[in-house]
Amino acid sequence: MAATSISTDMFQYEFMNNAFAAAGIVAVVSGIVGYFLVMRGQTFAGHALSHIGFAGATGAGLIGLAPLWGLLGFTLAAGIVMGALSERISNRDIAIGIVLSLALGFGLLFLHYYTSFATQATALLFGNVLAVDRQMIATLAVLGAITLLALGLIMRPLIFASLQPELAEAKGVPLRFVSTAFLATVALAVSECAQIVGVLLVFTLMVGPPAAAQRVTTGLWSGLGLSAALALAEAWLGITIAYHTDWPVSFCIAVLSALGYFVCLGMPALWARQSHADALDNGHD
Amino acid sequence: MPPIISIEHLSKSYATGFRALKDINLDIKRGEIFALLGPNGAGKTTLMRAILGLLPPSAGTLRVFGRAPQRGDRGIGYLPQVRTVLPDLRVRGLDFIASSLHGERWGLPQLGRHDRGMIEETLDAVGARDLAKRPLSDMSGGERQRLLLAQSLIGSPKLLLLDEPLISLDARHQEVAIDVVRKVCRERKITVLFSAHELNQLLGTLDRVLYLGNGQVVLGTVEEVITAPVLSRLYGTEIQVVRADGHIFVMSRGRDVEVADHLHDDDHGHGGHEHQH
Repeated sequence: MAATSISTDMFQYEFMNNAFAAAGIVAVVSGIVGYFLVMRGQTFAGHALSHIGFAGATGAGLIGLAPLWGLLGFTLAAGIVMGALSERISNRDIAIGIVLSLALGFGLLFLHYYTSFATQATALLFGNVLAVDRQMIATLAVLGAITLLALGLIMRPLIFASLQPELAEAKGVPLRFVSTAFLATVALAVSECAQIVGVLLVFTLMVGPPAAAQRVTTGLWSGLGLSAALALAEAWLGITIAYHTDWPVSFCIAVLSALGYFVCLGMPALWARQSHADALDNGHD
Repeated sequence: MPPIISIEHLSKSYATGFRALKDINLDIKRGEIFALLGPNGAGKTTLMRAILGLLPPSAGTLRVFGRAPQRGDRGIGYLPQVRTVLPDLRVRGLDFIASSLHGERWGLPQLGRHDRGMIEETLDAVGARDLAKRPLSDMSGGERQRLLLAQSLIGSPKLLLLDEPLISLDARHQEVAIDVVRKVCRERKITVLFSAHELNQLLGTLDRVLYLGNGQVVLGTVEEVITAPVLSRLYGTEIQVVRADGHIFVMSRGRDVEVADHLHDDDHGHGGHEHQH
């Protein structure tokens, strides 16, 4: 079978195995965390976090640290500050936009003083999943577990606060804490995601799959599951296509992510109704 | 049995210096529907938030069910005025309501058989069972409001606070919403504070009126409260009340006054918790 030979061929190389493992971990985490980012209408904040992380990554390179730790430190700090400043989602676009441009500017400055300029810049901006080693996979697995654990702890009040902030406040949900904890979780996920697709393309795994999933199913668990599955499929398929075409991996994932979203956008509503048979019996108005 | 709400010499001032409530006194007993009326900035939302335990009084005492208000009190159902509806919320009604059940607890959301039964029961009570499986983004304003009303009834509250539930609904859906509130709350003997713009639609439903104006409050029947002397005092300007054909028109200098209109420009921007319309 052609398909069998294609896959066995691909898995002869350790760098391909590593890429699949790393992308798999990151895709599942991104799809799940991104689901809440989309639900809360905070995708722009996620985008900003990745840009701020770029400054952290290049800055870390300057002082001889691995870029991941700079990325992590900056996104975490930025996520916590953003959450603490305001629990309201609206009217923050301008401030976020200005801060993210500033961060990109600083990232450029740090790169300017960093000797191995070009390759490093491309890897940070657009990802380099084919260069992932065993140690990075272990790091990503630990970070991913921490991210999902943190999300699991806050998930219930997070959903309540996202859907009905006024009522959640009245029922005793600490809105600001929940919002801050969530953005810190997003910061972790963004840092992981940037290792695979780069800071400029975190949307491909963190926004595309959950947005597509929410078009198709309206149930919570089915949405989360589908989002993670879509992210995983897009990441793995992207790597496979890249292997056979020699196109950049991140490009392939970006195309698949957009494709997935637009296909789901065009799905008839009927499909959505059938997909949650666990809902209540049909009533009538 | 203590009154549902008992208020003595309650005042509430904001950091801006604005006094939303000035030395008000109230006793609200069980099982009646109160229309909470008054212009913007009169303190309607302030009063509700104080009852919910979200705003500590500046002076005086406020007791709910005979004790100090407690944040998250299960005896209170609350329908907040919706300010943040995310436009494209692809979450079905069932999950939307489920989010509020024990939504303050940490951990993963779970929807047990008992919780699901409660949700079905409350959706049936407001005639909205079909909303359970439809995403919020596909619902009309009237359907969303009915969903929120169903949610506020979960857990058999003894007191229901409805903050401007009719706003943004068309006339037909307003009537439907009022009918549902009347039917369910009479059946279950729930005390209701129903804040609204328009008095006339509520005339057949409300038992008594709670009228706020200039931080003062007057409680009584429509005949007692909606009169020229009382409203003139509350609004701080001369008000005429015209009754015609079963309707009541509140006029200021010959102009119709919607009860929630800004009567004075200096009512603007106070408090921070009153809403703009």
